[in-house]
Amino acid sequence: MQLLQEKGCFACDLSSPLQQRAQGARNALSSPSAPPPSHLRMPSKPHVEARVREIFMPALSSTMTEGKIVSWSKSEGDKLSKGESVVVVESDKADMDVETFYDGILAAIMVGEGEVAPVGAAIALLAETEDEIAEAKSKAAASATSSSASPAPAVEPVAPITPTPAPAPPSASSVPPPAPIDDGPRRTIATPYAKKLAKQYKVNIDTIVGSGPYGRITATDIETAAGKTPAPKPQPAATPAPVVAAPVAPAASKPASQTSTTATAVPGTVVPFTTMQGAVSRNMVESLSVPTFRVGYTICTDALDALYKKVKSKGVTMTALLAKAVALALAQHPVVNAGCKDGKSFTYNSDINIAVAVAMDGGLLTPVLQNADKVDLYALSAKWKELVDKARAKQLQPHEYNSGTFTLSNLGMFGVDRFDAILPPGTGAIMAVGASQKKVVATANGMLGVKSQMQVNVTADHRIIYGADLAAFLQTFAKILENPDDLTL
Amino acid sequence: METASFQASFLLSPAHRSSVSTATPHGLAFCGLHKNLLSVKTTCAKVGSHSLTTQNPGKSSSWRVMASGSSNNGTPSSFDYDVIIIGAGVGGHGAALHAVEKGLKTAIIEGDVVGGTCVNRGCVPSKALLAVSGRMRELQDEHHLKALGIKVAEAGYERQAVADHANNLALRIRGNLTNSMKALGVDILTGVGTLLGPQTVKYGKVGFTDKTVTAKNIIIATGSVPFVPPGIEIDGKTVFTSDHALKLEWVPDWIAIVGSGYIGLEFSDVYTALGSEVTFIEALDTLMPGFDPEITKLAQRVLINTRKIDYHIGVLAKKITPAKDGKPVQIELVDTKTKEPKGTLEVDAALIATGRAPFTKGLGLENVNVVTQRGFISVDDRMRVIDANGELVPSLFCIGDANGKMMLAHAASAQGISVIEQISGSDNVLNHLSVPAACFTHPEISMVGLTEPQARQKAEEEGFEVSVAKTSFKANTKALAENEGEGLAKLIYRPDTGEVLGVHIFGLHAADLIHEASNAIAMGTSIQEIKFAVHAHPTLSEVLDELFKSAKVGEHSPVSVKAEPVAV
Repeated sequence: MQLLQEKGCFACDLSSPLQQRAQGARNALSSPSAPPPSHLRMPSKPHVEARVREIFMPALSSTMTEGKIVSWSKSEGDKLSKGESVVVVESDKADMDVETFYDGILAAIMVGEGEVAPVGAAIALLAETEDEIAEAKSKAAASATSSSASPAPAVEPVAPITPTPAPAPPSASSVPPPAPIDDGPRRTIATPYAKKLAKQYKVNIDTIVGSGPYGRITATDIETAAGKTPAPKPQPAATPAPVVAAPVAPAASKPASQTSTTATAVPGTVVPFTTMQGAVSRNMVESLSVPTFRVGYTICTDALDALYKKVKSKGVTMTALLAKAVALALAQHPVVNAGCKDGKSFTYNSDINIAVAVAMDGGLLTPVLQNADKVDLYALSAKWKELVDKARAKQLQPHEYNSGTFTLSNLGMFGVDRFDAILPPGTGAIMAVGASQKKVVATANGMLGVKSQMQVNVTADHRIIYGADLAAFLQTFAKILENPDDLTL
Repeated sequence: METASFQASFLLSPAHRSSVSTATPHGLAFCGLHKNLLSVKTTCAKVGSHSLTTQNPGKSSSWRVMASGSSNNGTPSSFDYDVIIIGAGVGGHGAALHAVEKGLKTAIIEGDVVGGTCVNRGCVPSKALLAVSGRMRELQDEHHLKALGIKVAEAGYERQAVADHANNLALRIRGNLTNSMKALGVDILTGVGTLLGPQTVKYGKVGFTDKTVTAKNIIIATGSVPFVPPGIEIDGKTVFTSDHALKLEWVPDWIAIVGSGYIGLEFSDVYTALGSEVTFIEALDTLMPGFDPEITKLAQRVLINTRKIDYHIGVLAKKITPAKDGKPVQIELVDTKTKEPKGTLEVDAALIATGRAPFTKGLGLENVNVVTQRGFISVDDRMRVIDANGELVPSLFCIGDANGKMMLAHAASAQGISVIEQISGSDNVLNHLSVPAACFTHPEISMVGLTEPQARQKAEEEGFEVSVAKTSFKANTKALAENEGEGLAKLIYRPDTGEVLGVHIFGLHAADLIHEASNAIAMGTSIQEIKFAVHAHPTLSEVLDELFKSAKVGEHSPVSVKAEPVAV
């Protein structure tokens, strides 16, 4: 935070006085140059200050934030008279000729053709007489160096005692730039929108570490760096919706006591659904159009528990173990991995993607472990961790929450021994997993023994999945869990 | 038939018989005919030999030989059909319907599906996707909705359902096309057609015996396929053409679109509306080459700059490797002119929209001595096929993408109708400058005739003046009611005669608005005439009404093209 503040201020200091003033003088194209603030190292002669005027990037429309110089109708050294067109500016709407209010000489062009400047920034200097040209030029040069230096970490902050936290303009390149350790030139790969946002928020994209696929910089990275709340992706590919029905495991292995979702309820109030809750609601209602049925199974987990103990230290989670086991069972029973989209056909999915319900504050999400049958257990566990982190940060990409072909919901950590789940629309089946509990059971040789058992209960769409299908699937699933060594292969 | 017999007697005159030809393929073609028409075998052979000696370059003459043979023989017709069309795309369909109207016995050969590219892999399914993207845009534009007083909770879409809509539309239109031809009595012959001669085609499916049919006239309408430049590896999943993209099997987070013509532009509209980010790769120095520069500029502001799109211009995608082995799609860029490397892009998918290549392979063109130019079949302005010697191949026409004159579905259809007109005895030359084109982005772009630079060049060469008039959608009541004031219509005309040289529109429903202008060009209506036509109020058509009214014809004050300077 310390760093951040310093950084913000630092950026403030460097932004030239021209720009600062320009904020107030949006629509006044030219105005006398104010004396530069003393802490800015810039040659200035007080007696000429009124004779060198700046030409600003005008605001040509209400939505214009920056303008591109299409062409300069005049060159440096040209005499200008009031009302004459000087420059053609391209805004977000149109090309416009911009004229000057003052007579004078175009002393220095600070923003060249094809370059872009924010509204209010000085784009050229207008000298009243030839005598001022040199002065104007040096001023332009100084301004150029200071503005180009702004992102460079090499310049020390001029004002070390940070006065009042300057209303950190969005310009602050707020992320502490990580030292470029990479040998060789690091390739910055940023998505188109990320680049646009970086420009908008004036974030130096080279300092950002991408969190997107293949390490690319995404819009979210820039928003985070700029201190903005990442906007929800405007067009989420919605169905099968990000949210699933059913009770849900709290995010990863949080202790059960921490489920904080109920904390905010105020008695006697009506609180509208959030977007996420709205989606849950819609999906729940939609699920009523699907004829579902349920089949339960009790599975001995002694072998699974033993395996879990062994691999836990390697970062393997129970969620990954269960997802893997489900995926391997689904591979043998493709119909349980299918879906019914139109009421007339089976849609057999080419991949086995296990969605796992996760409780989030005020809602729930279903991050998806893609190709869980093919990805090995350790990679799957790592992936799960990544997904949960992303889900918490609300950074899940649509394909990371809506590509599930089968859903897993686990309430075992709460001590729930059995429950049933509502089928998420678009998929064929969902499995509700209860807690593993020690039970006294009759063993194979007719003696009494103690075994760990858990109950699973699958809800399925009976239009495509029949009782025998689920039974066979559950039998396979139980076999896998009772002889779980294959899971680590 | 009148023409035919005239031609025949003309042909059999001694003078012509003595002319020599080297066009052996024609002889072969007639041999092909024998198999099929046993009854006139001898006549054929005899007349066939005539044909060898009666080549009359530049005149559509020798194609009447068979007709003459048959009439001499007393056989009513020795041809199976009056017209055979190879390829049942939009061009072939248009030609077939018009042929029936003209009383011609018509067959159409299709080796794939009726409807061709447009209906199955082009304009039609893309319109379904664009219908979705248009609505998604509206529903997501909070600012816009708020201005209208509408509240929408959340807009989402289901990819498969969108894809199904596109596919169902294609199926439906295909059905319509098929039924319309069947109902009119057009024979639909299934199989790949191969020319055996200028009047003989064999067709058949793989594994079946080929059948041979003859016709007085043959129209090639085989269309085109997506063009994929060398170095680009298509896997159909992460690197693909419009053929695959229209199936919308997935919506990548980030897709590179190679080529910013109207195919690329339309897909950028679809993908960004569905949540993708897009990177354009354009080999030329501007995006949207081919459009009027002013329209391009405005379109770029609205369709590119405000969206999640960036672009690289002046670069070629030299090599594109599909995603595999845990790596994303890799695109190697080089400078178009200098070929120096310009870096590598890593994206989730790449759509190759670099244009279309004619589909003329396997057509048996060697049998009629026709050599293609980069695959295109050369034709004259009446769509008559020109052979390797620069001579017209009698009785053989080529319409649509395969001739490359104007690669648009409706242009193909118009060419087909023009050909049928000629076959039926009335000369008809299609004015391609009157054929409109449209790009169905949101908002749409449409154009007809010349662009401003083209018009100015022509004016300089031919020594006339050019004026430009423009109107904005902002001044149109209906556009403002829709809160869609962003748009421009531009008229390029001759101030001396009032002739319309070109009209370009960017704005709401531009594609539907262009026809008033294209009709004016086709009919030769001058601005002085059309400006008195009445338009319903309030409609978008008033944008063009205003446009025509603002043109200054017969005055000597040159219209200022420049925007009024603004004082700020």
